[in-house]
Amino acid sequence: MDSSVAAALLVESGEHVFGLMLRLWSAGPERPNRCCSPRDVSNARKVAGRLGIPFYVINAKDEFKHRVVDGFIGGYEAGLTPNPCMSCNRDMRWGLLLERAAALGATHLATGHYARLRKTNGHYRLFRAHDRRKDQSYVLSVLRQTQLAHTLFPLGELEKESVREIAHEQGFVTADRPESQDLCFLGGEDYRSFLADHVVAAPGAIEDNQGNLLANHSGLSNFTIGQRKGIGISGPEPLYVIDKDVEQNTLIVGPKAALGRTQFTVRELSWVHGEFPTESAELSVQVRYRAPAVPARLEHREHKTIVATDEPLNNIAPGQAAVFYSGEECLGGGIISR
Amino acid sequence: MPAYLDYAATTPLNDKVLDKMLPYLREDFGNPSSVHRWGQRAEWAVEQARERIASGLGCLPEEVIFTSGGSESDNLALRGAALSAQSERGATHVLISPVEHDAIRITAYELATRHGFELELLPVDSWGRVDPDDLRSKIRSNTAVISIIYGNNEIGTVNPIPELADVAREREIPFHSDALQATCQLQTRVKHLGIDLLSIGAHKFYGPKGVGALYVRAGTPLQAVQTGGSQEQGLRAGTHNVPLIVGMAHAHEIAIAQHDSDADQFRLLRDKIIGGVESRIPGAQLTGHPEQRLSNNASFVVEGIDGNSLLAALDLEGFACSSGSACKTGDPEPSEVLLALGMDPELALGSLRVTVGRQTSENEVSEFLNVVHETVARLRSQVTVVQ
Repeated sequence: MDSSVAAALLVESGEHVFGLMLRLWSAGPERPNRCCSPRDVSNARKVAGRLGIPFYVINAKDEFKHRVVDGFIGGYEAGLTPNPCMSCNRDMRWGLLLERAAALGATHLATGHYARLRKTNGHYRLFRAHDRRKDQSYVLSVLRQTQLAHTLFPLGELEKESVREIAHEQGFVTADRPESQDLCFLGGEDYRSFLADHVVAAPGAIEDNQGNLLANHSGLSNFTIGQRKGIGISGPEPLYVIDKDVEQNTLIVGPKAALGRTQFTVRELSWVHGEFPTESAELSVQVRYRAPAVPARLEHREHKTIVATDEPLNNIAPGQAAVFYSGEECLGGGIISR
Repeated sequence: MPAYLDYAATTPLNDKVLDKMLPYLREDFGNPSSVHRWGQRAEWAVEQARERIASGLGCLPEEVIFTSGGSESDNLALRGAALSAQSERGATHVLISPVEHDAIRITAYELATRHGFELELLPVDSWGRVDPDDLRSKIRSNTAVISIIYGNNEIGTVNPIPELADVAREREIPFHSDALQATCQLQTRVKHLGIDLLSIGAHKFYGPKGVGALYVRAGTPLQAVQTGGSQEQGLRAGTHNVPLIVGMAHAHEIAIAQHDSDADQFRLLRDKIIGGVESRIPGAQLTGHPEQRLSNNASFVVEGIDGNSLLAALDLEGFACSSGSACKTGDPEPSEVLLALGMDPELALGSLRVTVGRQTSENEVSEFLNVVHETVARLRSQVTVVQ
């Protein structure tokens, strides 16, 4: 629905628009990709028909499987908690799709993402959306100047409810599509069962943070840092997943107090501006898509970058993205290491 | 100005044909099966149409069966002949070429998977043509039906139907040919072709969509597929779509009358396209037979190009073409036809089909050649904005 309204707004403002949709990979025909099943394609086509714009579908199944899904599986195999939406944005939407669009003559790629773009002194800057609850700047933090120069976010200043109203006014079939936060390629399947099919799960030991053996686990990929349920150990106080020792295939659990960390390493940093923000006023960091941003400091040491926070965070999971903000401005981010 | 270059997919309705159809969409709305005068007028129109088409094909009016289009004609021919042969003489062997239109190919697979038939694909040369000697060697006494396409919709190759029909007749096996692409481009007199069953579809020869015909040589055993009322000698139940049938007959008459001048004009434009593409686009090659091909069909494979993307790019430039590998839902597979001819799947993904028609001008063709050359170059370099 969001991209339909984004298209409608552009058409209304007199732009020459054409629609492009990527067909992505899914585990099988019974579980079509949540976003691009044949029905979704036909709905998108109807929207394009209503708007009177050309519409084309691009097959990107292999690239998506290769660049996004395999990375997701590989991440779990390595004991990480990857966020595939980031690599999808970087490699698929603003990679493959942007290239194809340019080859077809487009000057800009517009999406229905909730985020705002501004240009200051020849540089593009990414800001949170006006509708804070819908803000998607986190997943857009992987974008850089050359991509943003050819990007438009028509919904940045709007609230979700207004967008839905516009969709209804326009009579879009997509107006009442239920939203889902699940990964698109799971097609409704639980991610654990998906991983069970794709990752060789090796049973291993569950230990406390003193190295005492407590129980066994069925596979590290079934667990996320900070997870409480499903560990299967009863005790005086609730136990949380603290860490994963990939080499030993051991799950380390402990009380809530042990979860909190005020420091972690990030790698693969990517800055919207193209380089590290030196005059970083007040930096804040968001360690999950829906986590609040907390004050943080970045320290560059020899071969690594450390992020330090004042308050301990309970949800630092290696593999997730740590995204940095200066007020409402999204500066970029990196992948959480150890 | 957008230019339509996809006449193999469908053709614009001829104005005169539309005029002939209108009374049957308005005041002359009777059901031809009714006894009263409304029915009589409608029946008269349908029978006049039948005679027109019979005259164009050179057959008897009762040998023309009206259907809802080429796919239905193909279904009726294949299922009707196969199931009839199976029940009458226990024949269970079906022979088709590997480069048939889906309406034949999928139907034949269905006969194999659901009705116990043994489907065999005839050997073809690198252009998709069946050699009469090969057909002779594959026919068996329990062959139920043979179907070989006349002019290939994808790659344009024309099969030697008269010679193939001779072989089938020798062995008394019903022989069907899908002639959907043939009406404006090839000779379709049934005595010349010698077939028992022939499919045509009106929207390929400047008639309306949703109507076609199947020529059934008198005496050919055929079972009905759509059963119900007694229309079409019990072979195809259903109230006649009078306006469409009338339209088809007029379009057919015009097509037969203009056949030679149409084919000459198309050939000229086709050859210009073939020459232009072959000389200006490196890595582009003609598919289908260079001489034995439909007069309006220029089909190619272009190296390093995804057919789907090429069509989108051409469309945005105003040129409407098609591809054997493109798919509107974004699940393109390399063209079945090209794969059957042994083409590399990667290359087969880059197929482009350009077909001309009555409205195609020399100017459009020149413009097209400029644009396609530049578009292919652009797609190949995949000019990116992303570093």
